[in-house]
Amino acid sequence: MNLSKTNRRDFIKISGLGIGGLAVSASNYAIYKSMIASPPQGAELSVDTDRTPTYCEICFWKCAGWVYKNQEGKIWKIVGNAEDQHSNGRFCPRGTGGPGMYYDEDRLRTPLIRTEERGKQAFREASWDEAFDYIAEKMKAIAEQHGPECMALLTHGSGGHYWGTLLQAFGSDNIAAPSYAQCRGPREVAYYMTFGEGVGSPERTDIRDTKCLVLIGSHLGENMHNGQVQEMSDAIDKGATIITVDPRYSIAASKSKYWLPIKPATDLALLLAWIHVLIYEEWYDKDYVEKYTFGFDQLKAHVKNMTPEWAYGITTLAPDLIRKSVKEMASAAPSVIVHPGRHVTWYGDDTQRSRAMAILNGLLGSWGRRGGFYVPETMPVPEWPHPPFPTPRRTWRDAYPGKYNLAYETIASGICDATIPDVNRGCNFKGWIVNGTNLIKTIPDSAKTLEAIQNLELLVVIDTMPMAITGWADVVLPECTYLERYDSIRNAPHRKPAIALRMPAAEPMYNTKPGYWMAKQLAIKLGLEDYFSWNSFEEMLDWQLKQVDTSLEEMQRIGVKTYDRSYDDLYFEKDQDMEFYTDTGKIELYSTGLAAEGFDPMPFYTQHEEPPQGFYRLSYGRAPMHTFSRTANNALLKDLMEENAAWINPKVAGEWGIKNGQYIWLENQDGVRSSFPIKARVTERTRWDTVYMVHGFGHTNKKLSRAYGKGASDSELITKVLVDPIMGGTGMRGNFVTFKFEPKEEEAAS
Amino acid sequence: MRYAMAVDTKKCVGCSDCVVACQTENGVPIGYCRDWVVEVTDGTYPQLEIEIRSERCNHCDNSPCVRCCPTGASHYSDGGIVLVTHNKCIGCGACITSCPYDARYPHPEGYVDKCTFCIHRVKKGLEPACVAACPTKCMYFGDLDDPKSPVSEILKVRKHKTLIPEAGTDPQLYFLI
Repeated sequence: MNLSKTNRRDFIKISGLGIGGLAVSASNYAIYKSMIASPPQGAELSVDTDRTPTYCEICFWKCAGWVYKNQEGKIWKIVGNAEDQHSNGRFCPRGTGGPGMYYDEDRLRTPLIRTEERGKQAFREASWDEAFDYIAEKMKAIAEQHGPECMALLTHGSGGHYWGTLLQAFGSDNIAAPSYAQCRGPREVAYYMTFGEGVGSPERTDIRDTKCLVLIGSHLGENMHNGQVQEMSDAIDKGATIITVDPRYSIAASKSKYWLPIKPATDLALLLAWIHVLIYEEWYDKDYVEKYTFGFDQLKAHVKNMTPEWAYGITTLAPDLIRKSVKEMASAAPSVIVHPGRHVTWYGDDTQRSRAMAILNGLLGSWGRRGGFYVPETMPVPEWPHPPFPTPRRTWRDAYPGKYNLAYETIASGICDATIPDVNRGCNFKGWIVNGTNLIKTIPDSAKTLEAIQNLELLVVIDTMPMAITGWADVVLPECTYLERYDSIRNAPHRKPAIALRMPAAEPMYNTKPGYWMAKQLAIKLGLEDYFSWNSFEEMLDWQLKQVDTSLEEMQRIGVKTYDRSYDDLYFEKDQDMEFYTDTGKIELYSTGLAAEGFDPMPFYTQHEEPPQGFYRLSYGRAPMHTFSRTANNALLKDLMEENAAWINPKVAGEWGIKNGQYIWLENQDGVRSSFPIKARVTERTRWDTVYMVHGFGHTNKKLSRAYGKGASDSELITKVLVDPIMGGTGMRGNFVTFKFEPKEEEAAS
Repeated sequence: MRYAMAVDTKKCVGCSDCVVACQTENGVPIGYCRDWVVEVTDGTYPQLEIEIRSERCNHCDNSPCVRCCPTGASHYSDGGIVLVTHNKCIGCGACITSCPYDARYPHPEGYVDKCTFCIHRVKKGLEPACVAACPTKCMYFGDLDDPKSPVSEILKVRKHKTLIPEAGTDPQLYFLI
């Protein structure tokens, strides 16, 4: 590309503080020095000396690696396990920065019981016994007065497994992960409806061998899903084409042959136009479509008028670009991936948008093909035997009669809504156990989440850090970090079935404990100890591992065990007879499942609300060095990025007189202003109708000494939630912001 | 023997794993770094391009930092790697000023510190920590005198550049473009 000299040049140091670094005072230096181990001196550690296996807990990718210690026995560094398919021996910055979580001096140190009203941050220290007595008493009272099913578990991460066992033993099935209705849920439903199977995690995308990778708003590389980013790099090496659809010039866009700078909220029009071109130019995989799919004729009729010219008026993308880009996909087929994305809760029609992407994969014949989507396999690891769980009389579904029948998992936001008392609901929640998820930032519309919390009779929070949610808890249970504990065996789907072990590299610091220990102790208090009948966790792990041809002793040495596949079926063979797990046994281009529930069997484009005059669509995403809101206080990662910025197009910044680097406040369409100022990043990388920011900043808990007040929180500004009628996902991209130059009045007064 | 590194700006995503990997491997104090990542965006929307570079000491063949060091603490080591002997360094900072790449920083313990190409690992046949950690495998390291080394092989087939060549320092950190 020839760029004239009049063009802008935008130079930033993404990371690295350069000369002088921080203004590190002597006292700061003493603290910081305790947070990083000296490398081994003199006699160097050999490669396999004093290392223990783990799998990472800083994000959901759960890469397996090795924790190394120095001669004093301090945790020194973490590197990937070369045998691991998730990491291939290479961790991402967050995983490499894991010691920063362990050394964080702001960690929760001992159990806490609230002493004043919720949210006032007034707690007293308690013994574990006291804390469990308190919780058990409240849980029993809730069970007696309302029924045990009025307890819910909201969880993210590995430790949640045993809290799930506890809750089910107690008599409740209400176990929700915000990663469903706030993230990947619509995609899972769409793929079930189309292929009869979900995409899963890690995603079954065969990026390594693809010839064409299509990203719809997915900014791989900025969302640091390790294995996928590695495979994208491998694909670039092999000459694969990348096509990126994003209003923002993402890092992935900068590596793309085609970047489609789409008008936000119009993706479905583009996807339908692509389907139109594939069908009417006859570029689709005819054999595959004929043999494996259902509803082609209906689809053909459905998209008849959805031409690139039609889409141009909606998306602002030139028809020629729409045609050329889909031709590229067809030429690469079946080694092409229209990537399903991960965080897909955008506009409330997200299941339908994901369906359009699934349909494209069906037409291109990429499902079950090399370079498309592989067939993953998981190692079945049996559970430690326990008595059958009681059958709950009600579940969260009774709170939503006739709705969200296609949601295969529990909706976290649904639990939240059904906690606000409403006599019309069949089920109202009275107690929450919240494990490892900062619901204040995870579920949009923080004010509503707080209203729900104020109606609870019991809120227990298990975390390692004093996140905002801990301030609202009745009881805070401090968990030790993943580097200080055993955990359940990782057995995620992949090309080959494999398991990974996490074991403690160090004793738990402070008065912290592993989640499995807490769940068992509470179970004893509740008379549910039969569900946790192992004497020690090691005994249980060893029993489990012996069922899959290994042992705790072997896994402590190797960390990861990879098994052969049970069949040689990573891909379908050409012309192989296949039956898919849909109603018709075919890949459903026309969804009989959606039709049966009264939804459109094929996706339509619907227009979404536009920003009012002087407002811009609020868009948000990830940075590779942080996970959600949970890593902002990690000293190693905070050094890489300590606050987020509001990305503003220079034309817009010029109209408002906003300078690069200036601190401003964002205010949304409902008059909600950010609690903290955010730095303006004036950049050509974003459209004039959009303001972009990285999620996870603007922490309000002062106990997070490094993260408090740094940057702004997108969650706070997302007060309008566009609910997906199909599965209850919470669309978060229908909010608009404008710029303010002073704080909220109450902030200014304080 | 001449150690050198090449960084593929086309594969790098700017994740900064190289920075953290260096920090933990070498115990670089929090708040400082021996390597860092730069992102340069050119153009106007939507005609844009981005170059991302993981930068560090260039281990120059003609190093101003070595020349200006009054105590001989900054010196050339095996394979042209530029090192600082900590107990000889008086922390005067002349080298920091002389370096066109801003690659050196004053360590809080009184000496000047910078990238060593992880010579302690290289001596054991391992790659520097940043190279070994990089999720995109965008970094290549090795001996330029060995035509079969990863860095020699990649420089043979890829267009590349160095930074601020006009400074005449003969840098040994190459960027594939």
